[in-house]
Amino acid sequence: MNSCSVLVALVFLSIAVPASAQIDFSGEWAPRFWEDQPERVPGPELGDFLGIPVNDAARMRAETWDASIQTLPEWQCRPHSADYIWRGPSNLRISKEVDPVTREITAFHAEWLRSVDRAIYLDGRPHPPPDALHTWAGFSTAKWDGDMLTVTVSHLKEGYVRRNGLPRSDKATLTEHWIRNGDLLTVMTIVNDPVYLTEPFVRTTDYELDLRQQVPPYPCGVVQEVDRAKGEIPHFLPGANPYMKEFAIRHGLPYEATRGGAETMYPDFMQKMKTMQPAKEEKPATPTARRGGSLDPAAPPTPTGR
Amino acid sequence: MRALIAVVVALAAAVGLYAQGAASSIQILPVRGNIYMLLGAGGNITVSIGRDGVLLVDSGLAQSADRVLTAIRTLQDQLDLRDQPIASGAETRSTIASRNSEPPAKPIRYIINTHVHADHVGGNEKLRAAGRTFTGGNVAGNIADAGEGAAILAHENVQMRMTTPSGGESAVPADAQPTDTYYTDSMKLSHFFNGEGIELIHQPSAHTDGDSLVWFRGSDVIAAGDIFLTTTYPVIDRARGGTINGVVDGLNRILDLAIAEFRTEGGTLVVPGHGRLSDSADVAYYRDMVTIIRDRVKAAIEKGMTLEQVKAAKLTADYDPRYGATSGPWTTDMFLEAVYTTLGGGKKPAPANAPTRRPSGRK
Repeated sequence: MNSCSVLVALVFLSIAVPASAQIDFSGEWAPRFWEDQPERVPGPELGDFLGIPVNDAARMRAETWDASIQTLPEWQCRPHSADYIWRGPSNLRISKEVDPVTREITAFHAEWLRSVDRAIYLDGRPHPPPDALHTWAGFSTAKWDGDMLTVTVSHLKEGYVRRNGLPRSDKATLTEHWIRNGDLLTVMTIVNDPVYLTEPFVRTTDYELDLRQQVPPYPCGVVQEVDRAKGEIPHFLPGANPYMKEFAIRHGLPYEATRGGAETMYPDFMQKMKTMQPAKEEKPATPTARRGGSLDPAAPPTPTGR
Repeated sequence: MRALIAVVVALAAAVGLYAQGAASSIQILPVRGNIYMLLGAGGNITVSIGRDGVLLVDSGLAQSADRVLTAIRTLQDQLDLRDQPIASGAETRSTIASRNSEPPAKPIRYIINTHVHADHVGGNEKLRAAGRTFTGGNVAGNIADAGEGAAILAHENVQMRMTTPSGGESAVPADAQPTDTYYTDSMKLSHFFNGEGIELIHQPSAHTDGDSLVWFRGSDVIAAGDIFLTTTYPVIDRARGGTINGVVDGLNRILDLAIAEFRTEGGTLVVPGHGRLSDSADVAYYRDMVTIIRDRVKAAIEKGMTLEQVKAAKLTADYDPRYGATSGPWTTDMFLEAVYTTLGGGKKPAPANAPTRRPSGRK
């Protein structure tokens, strides 16, 4: 091929490629549990706050959290929020909207097994005013950063950063980076929560294209799961949750390490852990202790009742 | 009225909107159909606007009334543009122009007060005067001023508080008081307004003793007043009959009325007294928080803890970054004190030799 032919070919190629890159993320994606598998399919253990930059308020929320709250009618059909659902064990379908005139992608829609439709707008529309309705999916806009799609999410309802009671507030915002490499999709999520996190919480999650996949329907109906008095909300009094040390004891970890915090995200913490004592089994609770709670948020958890 | 405003402006400031209401413009937020939310006037104002006229839930601060009227006029102009089919040519332009330069055909006809505080009733007098009550027959003939001003609806305890204020306050002017009150569990507008039924539901002893939830039954929107806030812990006005258990009951009442559209979101929409537009999930989160704190304080009382011990125990530490305050007119300590006292905390136990009532019904 002479130089003239190469030049002509380059000109045609430059015409064929859009001015702004538009990688197609649409398709059926199957999750690959290459990160934090125990948290994702079996579910996280109670008291495992490791590797999350939570503050004391978040710890107290989790320590007083009772999983039975999920049986309340208001929470039985709650889906994972936009920031957490990537880590759910569900398959993912991404579809696209295309402008009929310009043929540009104007929006992606992501849906998982138990999710609501999540729209990601690329058409330049603004975010709603701050006092507009917040949703599980939030409100997402995106822009191309080369081949990477950077998504900004606002208007999130309260959610959780881990399914063991660690909260994420409705003041949080989410930034995502969608990266496609052939049949692999990597999504980086960065959660900023001024209420419950001391640093941004960053995770990556991987999916693989699956041409035979179908996201099945998942209807949800509210039923009376537990016979309880009207208005009763399951929770533990501060300092009264007997399960907080189970995770540390089972895995031979220092209890202080399992309390999480920004420090526990970084490799240096591995060295510090070597200087800490693993948690040990404690004596079973006495009947007296079971009848009361400490009401002291700073108290170490004791095997007492609610 | 001035004294009442002075007292209650503190509560308005507690939810962080007083300054905004006094200085900035009114934000109009569409809720659903012909229901809108006005923010920045003090307490949130819910507006129903349509061919029957305008109905307001609450009237904001007195000093915001002119800006509220401007916002309402904006909605009325949009209504004209939205509902009138556009013809063509010069006739269309002249029709729209004439419509925009004349007063709207149907004015403010109803103002509903969710409770007595000045950030929710302060605009009553001016907004009422800008409106009109449609009447006729014997009423129109025998009562000359029957049609003057909009009707103001509220629970009768709102009027009681206005006419017999406590603590040296002066009574609210007659033109700012409710024209129609109810003392039963609920009150319905006697006919559809802008295409739907509207119901006032009394919630006893919650934020105050005169709280009403206002339910737009067709649009499925609930104006919650200050029973539900997204900005702070519940403001409990003990001097006017508010209690923590009433607030919890009120939040559960909202959840009883509400139906989510799908996966616990959407469906029934809830306009809080202050803060952002919400749905049943938002109310449920708030209900959970208030109930959990109530239970903690109750357990502390049962353990014999004093109010100071309860405050020192930091029983709200997990929710404080979201709802708490260490300064200003409604601090976390004030909230805890209201919870503690309305749960009966701090009452001296009866002396050991005090006479006790004999159980009745058994001999």
